[in-house]
Amino acid sequence: MLELQHVGFVADGKEILRDVSLTINDRFVAVTGPNGGGKSTLAKIIMGIDKPTSGKILFNGEDITNLSVTERARRGISYAFQQPVRFKGLRVKDLLKLAAGKDATITDACNVLSEVGLCARDYIDRELNDTLSGGELKRIEIAMTLARGTQLSVFDEPEAGIDLWSFQNLIHVFEKMYERTQGSILIISHQERILNIADKIIYVKGGVVEKYGPREEILPGLLNAQAAGACKVLTDKLAENQEGGARA
Amino acid sequence: MTDLFKHDLLKQVAELDALPVGAYNIRANGNTAVRNTTAHINIVTKTDLPGIDIHVQAGTKNESLHIPVVISESGLKESVYNDFFIGPDCDITIIAGCGIHNCGDQDSSHDGIHAFYVGENSKVRYVEKHYGSADEGATGKRLMNPTTIINLGKNAQLTMETTQISGIDDTNRRTNAVLAEGAKLEIKENLMTTGDQRAVTDFVADLNGEGCSCNIVSRSVAKDNSWQEFTSRLNGNAPCAGHTECDGIIMDKARVLASPSLTANHIDASLIHEAAIGKIAGEQLTKLMTLGLTEAEAEEQIINGFLK
Repeated sequence: MLELQHVGFVADGKEILRDVSLTINDRFVAVTGPNGGGKSTLAKIIMGIDKPTSGKILFNGEDITNLSVTERARRGISYAFQQPVRFKGLRVKDLLKLAAGKDATITDACNVLSEVGLCARDYIDRELNDTLSGGELKRIEIAMTLARGTQLSVFDEPEAGIDLWSFQNLIHVFEKMYERTQGSILIISHQERILNIADKIIYVKGGVVEKYGPREEILPGLLNAQAAGACKVLTDKLAENQEGGARA
Repeated sequence: MTDLFKHDLLKQVAELDALPVGAYNIRANGNTAVRNTTAHINIVTKTDLPGIDIHVQAGTKNESLHIPVVISESGLKESVYNDFFIGPDCDITIIAGCGIHNCGDQDSSHDGIHAFYVGENSKVRYVEKHYGSADEGATGKRLMNPTTIINLGKNAQLTMETTQISGIDDTNRRTNAVLAEGAKLEIKENLMTTGDQRAVTDFVADLNGEGCSCNIVSRSVAKDNSWQEFTSRLNGNAPCAGHTECDGIIMDKARVLASPSLTANHIDASLIHEAAIGKIAGEQLTKLMTLGLTEAEAEEQIINGFLK
């Protein structure tokens, strides 16, 4: 479905990604690695927000390297921002309808809100402005991607800021999304519980894909490295220790 | 009669494609074209000045008054004085507004001076829209200078929704309000200028009565080479609450000046002002593009939402 061939990205003279080659066909693919390693840039390169300075990107065999964000979105790629954007005046239902397309109904919009654990009646007419909390915005951002239901969905740290909502629900959202789209879901995450549902894991460090393979092969190595204090890639164990394992 | 609905002017300014129910006075090309009064709302032509006096009886509830103005004669210039005397304990909606269609090379203008005297415990919703259009090749400008004078009696409330989205070349929009004890004033302005248009907005509110409150919110979009100037001044002369906010989106080579100001003349006057001007955030455009919109479509959605 998605193929990156020798993709590189240089910004302000600094090499952010180097010679990244990947093929993504699986149901759930998690991207992990230390902060500043290039994970978010990789996601933006896939969506077309950043343009690679070298290499090629193919989607369903088509070279999309020079296609705009809009053209990629229309071909079936979605992207959930790490920091959701606020809009004065635009309401939740406006954005969900834009996400779902022209034929979407209010009922459809309500359904996706319910799926991300928000009461549709309370949120459908709310503006996406400063009155919404970061966690609420994050769930609406996920709902937009859900409403699009595209062949490839990219999530940049979807778990950040949704502490009050259970991880199990988030994972359930991804599973439902897969049932509907039969596509691929690419999730950037530091969370072991997210990595645990991945079919494959991509480990990005220093702008390079250091490891890419089935979860069973990659995850034990990451956990062992963390246990040895090498690099705190996975944050939920750390958070659990700090909070006495109270988080759901 | 059919001429009244020509060029869609009444549709644009008052959402009318037929005569409304309730009281109305529709002014077309300098004269009253049609009028209807009701048992509770009387409309009388002024004898000293162009315009009308509107008398709303005490206790009038759930009634509406439409007083739109349309001009389709190129070169017509007028100043119209409308006074609204609203008795106590009323609850009414007033739809005003002006539409100018200029088909020639001479400037057309309408200066509407509206004065409201709102009685004790009355509630008024006042909606005005200003709109201009032209024939292709017509060079005459469309000019409007609305003045709104608001006197709110004890515990009276007025909500004003004022909109100018397109077609007015030059406008000076002035609003002066005086609030008595417990009165409440809400003003929402939506404004968009394009081309070489110029719009000046000036709000002044004197919060004179104990417990009165005022909230003025202006949202504007300035495109192309247009110029906007927003001034609002709240004078807190008693224990009161006032808030004024100007939020502007600037595009192309447009310019915006925003000057909210506050004067507190009483220790218990609580006044807040806010002003923010900026271009559309790049990340907003990007977000909508990730939903499949083009950049132009994304821009349109953001502006429409902002001015809704």
